Amino acid sequence: MPDLSGMRFSESHEWVKQDGDTATVGITEYAQSQLGDVIYLELPTVGQQLDAGGRLGVIESVKAASDLYSPVGGEVADVNQELTDHPEYVNQDPYGKGWIIKLRAIKDNPKLLDQKAYDDFVKGKSHA
Amino acid sequence: MVVTAERTPLYEEHVRLGAQMTNFGGWLMPLQYSSIREEHRTVREAVGLFDLSHMGELRLKDDGVAPRLRTGRVQYALLCNEHGGIVDDVLVYALRDGGYLLVVNAGNQDGDFDWIKAHAPSSAGEGHRGDTILNVGRDWALVGVQGPKAVDLVQRLTSSELGGVKYYAFIEGRVADVACLISRTGYTGEDGFELFCGNHDAARLWRALLEEGQADGIGPAGLGARDTLRLEAGMRLYGNDMDDKTNPLEAGLDWTLSLDKDFVGRDAILRARQRGLGRILVGLRMLDRNIPRHGYGVLKEGQPVGVVSSGNVSFTLGYNIAMAYVPAALAEPQTRLAVDVRGSAAPAEVVSLPFYKRPHPK
Repeated sequence: MPDLSGMRFSESHEWVKQDGDTATVGITEYAQSQLGDVIYLELPTVGQQLDAGGRLGVIESVKAASDLYSPVGGEVADVNQELTDHPEYVNQDPYGKGWIIKLRAIKDNPKLLDQKAYDDFVKGKSHA
Repeated sequence: MVVTAERTPLYEEHVRLGAQMTNFGGWLMPLQYSSIREEHRTVREAVGLFDLSHMGELRLKDDGVAPRLRTGRVQYALLCNEHGGIVDDVLVYALRDGGYLLVVNAGNQDGDFDWIKAHAPSSAGEGHRGDTILNVGRDWALVGVQGPKAVDLVQRLTSSELGGVKYYAFIEGRVADVACLISRTGYTGEDGFELFCGNHDAARLWRALLEEGQADGIGPAGLGARDTLRLEAGMRLYGNDMDDKTNPLEAGLDWTLSLDKDFVGRDAILRARQRGLGRILVGLRMLDRNIPRHGYGVLKEGQPVGVVSSGNVSFTLGYNIAMAYVPAALAEPQTRLAVDVRGSAAPAEVVSLPFYKRPHPK
């Protein structure tokens, strides 16, 4: 099992992990399993300002294109360039080498869920 | 409203294999088992196993009028309406007893049945000979075995000599001791067979193929891979690339027509040809990494000129591809166009179809 300690989650299935004054963002295991094979990501550029809950980019799987949302606000500090040639990393390791962006100058979002709350949220969805 | 979907006789097999299921044309079908990318590669490089039991089958008696297709042959054909629009695309099998088997799209099988019944000569009164058409789709299972290793695999499970079964031909035989109609057809661009058998034998056939195919690297493949495979092979998908508002000439399916013979829709198709076609289906190769999708606009110098009918990544070729309707004047290979992807013009180039041809066709 990947180490999810310290991660928080959005209802749109992104995760964020804060480490000092930077935060790493990706999508959850549930999200990647729902999307299926990821084939392309349209991502912001370094320096761009994102709002908490604002549109971060687009993730495309074989099945469909979906919007990505930023769980916290901040300035884009880094983008995972590896995903250009290996979008499948998002499927293979969504909490590790499938990370999507890093943010700095973070504006926190009190609406995020902890792991237990997120797991309950996903369970509620699959039984709906 | 309660949405219900029918289950094929292989439903339990898919669940056992961990498939993600989806409703397709009123049937609960496997979308993928492991990954569409992996299943796609398995079919291109080894052999994939498909449940195609959702496809409809209609049984037609010989009306003694229609020109006879040679027994044992399969013909890809279109049903057209009076306006020349495509009602469905079908495979016609000329059976030994003089009748035909029509294999039709799952979502169209009841509509096709009604359509054929309404147009059959026997329903006109004179020369009435009772039912000429039966809907047998729910009695038959269909299993696709596709890929470079498919022919060898099926040959190991049958005493019938498969080398003599040409592309678009079929024989009756036994595979894994299951009575089958063994058809050298497919919707992937690879060599292989489609095996028709009775519902109650389907699971036995499926398991035998999976077991015997282990040495070949066989894997089950879902509808996701089926779609990316058929797109690479330039095969049209009914409902995406053509419908009852599309005529066969626009869809680039002229080769299926015998315009010197009488058929429903011929006059309208001849008139359309005379007027000149307003649009035509072409292949597009994307020149950047954007993914073209069904319904996206096609642009020429920023102006909308057409629409994408199917598009996706091509796992085999390593770039993104689409089929699209564009004006005939823009249909020449190497014409530079663009696809409107979320408001941006993604560059694309017209290429000839199919995108992919298997290396050593037999």
